[in-house]
Amino acid sequence: MKIDNRKSASARSRLDAAGNGFLAGLLLLSLTIAVPHAQAGKKKKKGQDEVAQIQLSKSFKGNLPITELTEDQAILHALGRLAYGPRPGDLDRIRQMGLEKWINQQLKPESLDDSAAEARLTGLTTLKMSSAKLVTEFPPPNLAAKKEGLTKEQFQEERKEKAQAAMREMRDSGEMDPAKFQLARMQGPQRIISELSMAKVNRAIYSDRQLYEVMANFWFNHFNVFAGKGADRWMLTAYERDTIRPHAMGKFQDLLEATAKSPAMLFYLDNWQSADPLAAQRLQQQRAMRRSRYGGIFGGMSPPSPRQFPNAQGAGQGQQAKRQERGLNENYGREIMELHTLGVEGGYSQQDVIEVAKCFTGWTIREPRRDPEFHFDDRIHTPGPKYVMGKKISGGGMKDGQEVIKLLAHNPNTARLISTEIARHFVSDEPPAALVSRMTQTFLSSDGDTRAVLKVMIYSPEFWSRTSYRAKVKTPFELAVSTARALNADVTIALPIVQWVGRMGEPLYQCQPPTGYSDKAETWVNTGALLNRLNFALQLASNHMNGTAIDLPALFGAQADSDPQMALSRSLDIFLNGQVAAQTRETLEQRMSDPQILQARLDDPVKHVNEGLIAGLVLGAPEFQRR
Amino acid sequence: MNITRRVFLKNGGIAMIGLTALPTFLQRAVAGTLPPGGKKILVVLFQRGAMDGLNVVVPFGERSYYQMRPTIAIPEPRRGGGEAALDLDGFFGLHPSLAPLEPLFHKGELAIIQAAGSPDPTRSHFDAQDFMESGTPGVKSTDDGWLNRSLQELPEEKSSPFRAVAFGPYLPRTLQGPSPAVAIPDLKQFRMYGPPATTQGGFEAMYSQTVDQALHGVGQETFSAIDTLKKVNPDQYQPSNGADYPRGRFGQSLLEIAELIKADIGLEVAFLDSGGWDHHVNEGGVQGQLSNLLRDFGQGLAAFHQDLGDRMENVVFVSMSEFGRTARENGNRGTDHGHANCMFLMGGPVRGGKVYARWPGLAAGQLYENRDLAVTTDYRTVLSEILSIHLGATNLATVFPGFEQNQAKYLGFLKA
Repeated sequence: MKIDNRKSASARSRLDAAGNGFLAGLLLLSLTIAVPHAQAGKKKKKGQDEVAQIQLSKSFKGNLPITELTEDQAILHALGRLAYGPRPGDLDRIRQMGLEKWINQQLKPESLDDSAAEARLTGLTTLKMSSAKLVTEFPPPNLAAKKEGLTKEQFQEERKEKAQAAMREMRDSGEMDPAKFQLARMQGPQRIISELSMAKVNRAIYSDRQLYEVMANFWFNHFNVFAGKGADRWMLTAYERDTIRPHAMGKFQDLLEATAKSPAMLFYLDNWQSADPLAAQRLQQQRAMRRSRYGGIFGGMSPPSPRQFPNAQGAGQGQQAKRQERGLNENYGREIMELHTLGVEGGYSQQDVIEVAKCFTGWTIREPRRDPEFHFDDRIHTPGPKYVMGKKISGGGMKDGQEVIKLLAHNPNTARLISTEIARHFVSDEPPAALVSRMTQTFLSSDGDTRAVLKVMIYSPEFWSRTSYRAKVKTPFELAVSTARALNADVTIALPIVQWVGRMGEPLYQCQPPTGYSDKAETWVNTGALLNRLNFALQLASNHMNGTAIDLPALFGAQADSDPQMALSRSLDIFLNGQVAAQTRETLEQRMSDPQILQARLDDPVKHVNEGLIAGLVLGAPEFQRR
Repeated sequence: MNITRRVFLKNGGIAMIGLTALPTFLQRAVAGTLPPGGKKILVVLFQRGAMDGLNVVVPFGERSYYQMRPTIAIPEPRRGGGEAALDLDGFFGLHPSLAPLEPLFHKGELAIIQAAGSPDPTRSHFDAQDFMESGTPGVKSTDDGWLNRSLQELPEEKSSPFRAVAFGPYLPRTLQGPSPAVAIPDLKQFRMYGPPATTQGGFEAMYSQTVDQALHGVGQETFSAIDTLKKVNPDQYQPSNGADYPRGRFGQSLLEIAELIKADIGLEVAFLDSGGWDHHVNEGGVQGQLSNLLRDFGQGLAAFHQDLGDRMENVVFVSMSEFGRTARENGNRGTDHGHANCMFLMGGPVRGGKVYARWPGLAAGQLYENRDLAVTTDYRTVLSEILSIHLGATNLATVFPGFEQNQAKYLGFLKA
């Protein structure tokens, strides 16, 4: 209780002060800097939150309703929400081109050249492979061993030798980077998710289509699939590339249908195995009929045998009997409503879960470990009409599932859930109800158009309000990539950064429950995580991150090398645009006289400033934990 | 302060007088009687994904169990053991992968509550976990967890930064709230990089002065935890008595809990979780997916028990999972989301060797919504008994708001 009371009491007193007419103007600047996260709260009386209006030029803001933030704050806010944080030079660039223009470009990612980011991905060869190709190239050890007539141990030994040979070659050619060796060691299926994770980090840092990357990651998390579930590790590359990314700025229904048909989701939520419990019986009858028509078992030609039921291992005849006992599986039927569309209180019952599951029977995968492609199998589909939330579904066959998708995508509860999640991601943990409601309306009237919903949000005063400025705590992924961006880092092998994201609590593609990772501060702000966040900043800024190079002298200028205060002031300007609380600045200034800050080395009597340490301290400051 | 109060609670009826009535010298005297390592400790495990309790503590005495689970049922106990349930009491048996727990049960150190759970009907993992962890089934607005509220009810004068520890990358809902708690992903890496005077000193000052309240408190906890842990030296830890923890996060977390308990740095409640219990497909029976997880679970608990030795006298371990699974297996040799589940209790204070169950039965009319094992023991009754008898909490109405406290309903699985 104590912390809560303190929090709300101080927030309230700050608001009182702000409402105090004459004082407001004076306090505004320090308030927005020092207590950006102060929540306005619902208890606030009308008029109390009026703050001095800031006039920004039309050429800068266009029609954006920005009245409470300065020009620099507005740019930093946009870069923190619609992008993964500012890089050195971004502020100037947007100041010159105008904020509205920059935002419009971001809303049309296809208009932006992204070759620089793509160039960073060229070494990641698995990104372009089909799932089938990935299974062949990176088979599970036991399967691969069998194919080569080896035991699993022998195969692993062989693979190890191959990796060691590759590493020897690298060493002989003068390669020193431990990150490259680490990657070279990865010759098994874990290579796939590693490359996928590295691509995610690279794109977030280097892509000019920042908002698009933010949305792609948002949707992946909404339609989360866990890489650790069986065959899913071979399917996630295609899932992200062909299912999520093409629809990241598009229509929700298209995205929903794409995920429903994706082998990754079908496998993750078990729908590929869900079948009409009577299907086996029906099939036997049909076979019997066919047999009699063809003149019995021994009488002449047999018909082409029907495709067998899908099976996890692609096993042979021995499992036929088992497969035919297959029945309904509720997992996907429940999660598509609870997590993907309506929300847990979205007005459906246990019976609706069962009916939806029936509609999706037959939406399956040809063979997860051999031919991981979508396939509709009418023979295991539950025939007859179904009733979902009072509506009759009677299209039959694959149309049943499609009708459900349409029904769910256009339900107002879906519009509200998606709008709330988007607003929570972009505005604040508890987004203003009025804003969510306008976004919901737009979702409904625009046929679930992501871009239209984003536009309504970006053109809302709530988005640009003082209370939402720096209101979001960065997730570990956001923290990692925004730190790399701030430092103008040159990332050649992102694997160590990927591993740090995991250590900070958000291992990429490894979120086991279908809920995806939390988008709320309380998940990420805790003791163990904070320590790792600070250590990450120190390690990256000190240029101790394998696979990544930092050039602080280039960022700070020559003078900073002998003047700690200068290095500090450059750090604060570049990483936080100078917007730090007085206490933070004071603390840092005091530290600048520590002996570790200005040190001579054995081989060099001239004292140099430890710029990495200073940058690490600033990047670990409370202000950098938020966006 | 709370030590005093709890010692009194345990030692007789003086607690009725109330703390303020005690003279200071007496309070000090009582506090002094507490031997080192005498702190009462609670270890909580959350099994995420809804463990299939009916295949873990198998009701082999129930015929319909075998009818409803034609391919995944665990065979009834047979002489010579092997691929069958391990008989506990002639009706219930342990899954054979839990063999390491069998001797603990018969020694009276392990008890099981069958058909326990939350009364809320939700079959959503997310909601059910949330309700179980907040301690308020059906109420979503609760913003702290039951274990955190328990700590609020047991205030400590000089609280250790390791009083409440969650092992994992983030603080679980169970421990969220105003009472300080730390999340530790890896004990060995719990230290700060760089020259400590500058890095730790600098960050400590920045975070202690920040007006960002959310980060301010976390900063304080972090730095005091780092300082305390310096005394422990986690790199050097060796389990005692030949304890053999399973590899992986679950075993590692148990090992680190044992380590902190032995370090006597003020650990009072520890939380850990394990995932992967959601077996809709190919759950397996004696062998298979569930069996693999149980092997870890059983071996881990047994190692923990062995490692702590006499110190188990002060430790109670309790496990829970958000809900159980359907009594019938589904069409994919798995099980879907159900209702009641089983809870494990272990430790010196536990009156073990018994399956505590008001068994609701599995016959047609006995199932919850005609598909799941019914809940006959509210999980809050189980936790209330632990909190009041083991930790000495007196005001459970704030720990489980809206839940009627009735000591007559306690199952008596703790030695009073």
